[in-house]
Amino acid sequence: MDHERPPGIAVSVRRLVFGEMVLFTDLSCRLPAGAWTCLLGPSGVGKTTLLRLIAGLLPGGTVTADDGRPLEGRVTLMAQQDLLLPWLDVLGNSLLGHRLRGEGGQRYQELEARARRLLARLGLGRRLTALPAQLSGGMRQRVALARTFMEERPVVLMDEPFSALDAISRHRLQEMAAELLDRHTVLLVTHSPREALRLGHRILVMGGQPVTLREIPAPPGPPPRQPGDPALLALEAELLEELAASDAQMEEAWASTVP
Amino acid sequence: MGFHRPLITGLGLLLLWQFLVWATTAPPYILPGPVAVARVLLARGDLLLVHARTTAIEILAGILIGSLVGAFSAILLTAFAPARRWLMPVLVVSQALPVFALAPLLVLWLGYGMASKIAMAVLIIYFPVTAAFFDGLRRTEPGWLELARVMNAKPAAVLWRIRLPAALPALGSGLRVAASVAPIGAVVGEWVGSSAGLGFLMLHANARMQVDLLFAALFVLALMALALYFAVDRAARRLVPWQQDTLAEN
Repeated sequence: MDHERPPGIAVSVRRLVFGEMVLFTDLSCRLPAGAWTCLLGPSGVGKTTLLRLIAGLLPGGTVTADDGRPLEGRVTLMAQQDLLLPWLDVLGNSLLGHRLRGEGGQRYQELEARARRLLARLGLGRRLTALPAQLSGGMRQRVALARTFMEERPVVLMDEPFSALDAISRHRLQEMAAELLDRHTVLLVTHSPREALRLGHRILVMGGQPVTLREIPAPPGPPPRQPGDPALLALEAELLEELAASDAQMEEAWASTVP
Repeated sequence: MGFHRPLITGLGLLLLWQFLVWATTAPPYILPGPVAVARVLLARGDLLLVHARTTAIEILAGILIGSLVGAFSAILLTAFAPARRWLMPVLVVSQALPVFALAPLLVLWLGYGMASKIAMAVLIIYFPVTAAFFDGLRRTEPGWLELARVMNAKPAAVLWRIRLPAALPALGSGLRVAASVAPIGAVVGEWVGSSAGLGFLMLHANARMQVDLLFAALFVLALMALALYFAVDRAARRLVPWQQDTLAEN
């Protein structure tokens, strides 16, 4: 990570249609370099779609990096499911990307040593040979975080990676991720206003028909912010109201597409 | 695993058998009792063993070749789209053709020896193994494949390190089916034309009204099929140690 400055990213979509419904028209979005952008919005509004566009998993948009180089090979993904391979142990899963690219020999030895140190830092030092089935949900998602970090890619796209966890695991993992991916360009899709307010340098709310993005001011101070912070709590209440109203609108929009 | 339950079931079946013999008053050359069969089993042990050996070799060779060819076909179908387009229809047609109808042809082409029986077993195993394994290979968790794509994985690595291991439980199911149908293939082959094997012995015993010997051969065959099934089942479990058996009772 030290050798590459993370790029900022610009996405623009002229028009994206799903069946009968026009999802995006003239939508554009910027992810500033080396910062966490949190994307909030009601379910079904298209947050994951935008993330998949940037990941190159969906066609239909233009994605560019502000350093002019192609984005291919500089992005990594962390999803709600840990997507660990059940037959690989913790260490093997954290090095999956390198295995799949066929990197071996000397380099692999170094990588393995680094993965061991990283996993120890994430509190998994004694579980290196455990299979995913032997781990708790929180531990599994920590392995997924290690796998994401081991990819050494400057752009990280996260799709609700903490939402399936219990409150305590979530809190710890948010802190670990914020610390570990500090210098990365991150897009975090989330349902939780609190999570966005804790972790975002920049917070975007997606909503409306057609979809628009609205930036709301992030609370003061660098992330990860304390969840008890009064400014954060006040903003959370405000955001919840807004999202609830937007959610009701979404339901109407979907209902109107059904004959 | 407790052995008392199968033992009790076995004993119950023997009693039922004896009861049927007694109730129907069938003569021993129609329905021999368990005691008569046991006596033949002991007295003609050598003969049974010689023929059992032939049949066992046919079954094992059939399983081995059929499974290897089946697994290889499934991988081929997965790896190459043209293979899917050209081979899938052939595969389906091969299954529509009754293998039993081919038995006389196989004997004609491959002779009275083991080769024609092994070919029968291979033919009968090939489809279930290929179909089960291919099903497993095509149902890989989409999230894993997307992750691999974002990781810029090599296609061969995706097949070898993700699709293949993920499909091993399905291959295990195919192998279990193979283990239970392979003996049918071998015995049918022996019925059509042979000079050795349990199927041959049964046919001969039947023609000479030695029904007790026929029953003894049947018993040995059932024992062999059971042992084969349990061995394959064990191997299939060993293949996927990460797979949880949600019905297991510690």
